[in-house]
Amino acid sequence: MSSKLVHAVYDDDDTLLHAVKDVKKADYHIEEVFTPFPVHGLDHAMGLAGTRIAVAAFMYGILGFTVAVVMINYIMIEDWPQNIGGKPSFSFIENLPAFIPVMFEMTVFFAAHLMVITFYLRSKLWPFKKAQNPMPETTDDKFLMQVAVEVDERKLMTLLKKSGAIDISIHENEQA
Amino acid sequence: MYIFALRLKITAFVLMGLGFIGLAIGFASAPSTVAEAQAMVADAHGGHGDAHGSEHNTHDTHATDSNKKDNHHDDVNHATTHAHGEYPDDAHGNDKHADDHHGEHLLHQLQNKPWAALYVAAFFFFMIALGALLFYAIQRAAQAGWSILLYRVMEGIAAYLVPGSIIIYVFLMLTGLHANHLFVWMDADTVAHDEIIQGKQGYLNVPFFLIRAAIYLLGWNAYRYFSRKFSLAQDNAPSGDISNHKKNFRISAGFLVFFFVTESMMAWDWIMSLDPHWFSTLFGWYVLASMLVTAVTVIALVSIYLKSKGYLPKVNDSHLHDLAKFMFGLSVFWTYLWFSQFMLIWYSNIPEEVTYFLTRIDDYNLPFFGMLVMNFIFPLLILMSSDYKRSNWIIVMAGIIIVLGHYIDIFNMIMPATVGDQWFIGWAEIGGFLFFAGLFIYVVFRELSKAPLEASGDPYVGESERFVY
Repeated sequence: MSSKLVHAVYDDDDTLLHAVKDVKKADYHIEEVFTPFPVHGLDHAMGLAGTRIAVAAFMYGILGFTVAVVMINYIMIEDWPQNIGGKPSFSFIENLPAFIPVMFEMTVFFAAHLMVITFYLRSKLWPFKKAQNPMPETTDDKFLMQVAVEVDERKLMTLLKKSGAIDISIHENEQA
Repeated sequence: MYIFALRLKITAFVLMGLGFIGLAIGFASAPSTVAEAQAMVADAHGGHGDAHGSEHNTHDTHATDSNKKDNHHDDVNHATTHAHGEYPDDAHGNDKHADDHHGEHLLHQLQNKPWAALYVAAFFFFMIALGALLFYAIQRAAQAGWSILLYRVMEGIAAYLVPGSIIIYVFLMLTGLHANHLFVWMDADTVAHDEIIQGKQGYLNVPFFLIRAAIYLLGWNAYRYFSRKFSLAQDNAPSGDISNHKKNFRISAGFLVFFFVTESMMAWDWIMSLDPHWFSTLFGWYVLASMLVTAVTVIALVSIYLKSKGYLPKVNDSHLHDLAKFMFGLSVFWTYLWFSQFMLIWYSNIPEEVTYFLTRIDDYNLPFFGMLVMNFIFPLLILMSSDYKRSNWIIVMAGIIIVLGHYIDIFNMIMPATVGDQWFIGWAEIGGFLFFAGLFIYVVFRELSKAPLEASGDPYVGESERFVY
């Protein structure tokens, strides 16, 4: 990891997207991009690997489904057998239609909540965490691209200036 | 321009020929006397005796339900019997006559069978064309940008609406003239003994039934005709002139209003009234879901076929991905409506309502639950992944299962009320499916060959070409 980072600030998501593509094409390494909102196609342009949250969501859904089956079987059939809809069969499978809504809700509940928690952990976000964005304006209307400086600083600066950056500055890389 | 490939044309004609033979055998082998009908059932039961025996045993174990079930069976028998005329009132309680009654009932079920098979297949392919027309109208009214490149495919599929409507209407007229006994409420003698149907006669009578059917069909066909006309006219309009596009937008919005009212009524008239005692308030929606998901699937299948032959060069993965999303979403929507209808009726267990599902679970166990696997579990699991939705062969495989699954869905809607437990997939069922499949392929691809496959004059065509998901 290089010791210096160039911060290029943009004020338009389209300009940013083109700039990211240009910088990538010139073989520079983009450390991070900070945007106030998700920019469509940015992850693709940065060459980020596809998200695996869908796989996680599927597994959480199956977990929720299983929990629902076990829970409702215990509550409604084993622990305190219920007469459901005037059909006292006391069998899980014969009362299945009544349990479908519960299974559905639990599947959605588990998938949704665990997905959010997974996303926070994966993004290294937790309560009281210090904000990492180098420029608070990126939460308002500015876009910031962090590029690692390899050898030729000036060449990169020219490239960024040409790409439409409104402000360019060099910073020490604190994590290096 | 698409050229109707000779091999496909021959395939269509072969399907129609085979289907015609199947239907002819189905009609010819229907019994004409009670003795023949009883002989047929005796033969068939020789092989299935064991299976039937064990099935009944399992039902008997539901001791609490069995009494109720018997009642329902009587109810159903009553509803599907067309023999009340030949069954004089003073003969009640006479054993000999009870036997005759049973045989007569069997005869009518077996005589209905080829007609019902024909009706299922005719309605199924008609429904695909109507669903494609609906999907097209929604795209038009929503001024969608992504789907312009698929407009001609949708218009091609919707073209089957014309022959489909004629066939359905002729069929309903023949039924009204008592060529068959599919609709119990058309039988004057049955109605004379049935107070519930008597109460519904203001709506359920043959002239009004045919007038309503004519209104629905004329309305839908009129929209199809004008929409296609404006769509083609837009191609030849000078650049900057989008008056045809605007006209199409307006009539599409109007059509949707007309359609959603008439489609519900069509579902009550043509399908729900087969069980005139039974009613479900969301039945129209349920048929609509089946219609839409099958139509979107067929749109995807035809697009993939045309693309594999080198047509539709601008249709890309993203368009197919969107169609697959609709296939997935509408499959879940269909299941939602199926379950909403099933669960309330199952839960409340009111005899006059629950009999509908009891006959299906008792006599149609495999198609009833098999269709759930084909229409819900299979598409849910296979089409969930984003990558799979972009893969042609997975869409084709899932599509074929969905189309067959919804054929069984229509089968389950029509058969129990018309042939009762005497169903099997025989000559007439397979023949009917093949015949209408052939006719459908012929009409659709002939229409596709009549106009350029790209609606190049549409103001949104550029957006559709650049469409990336």
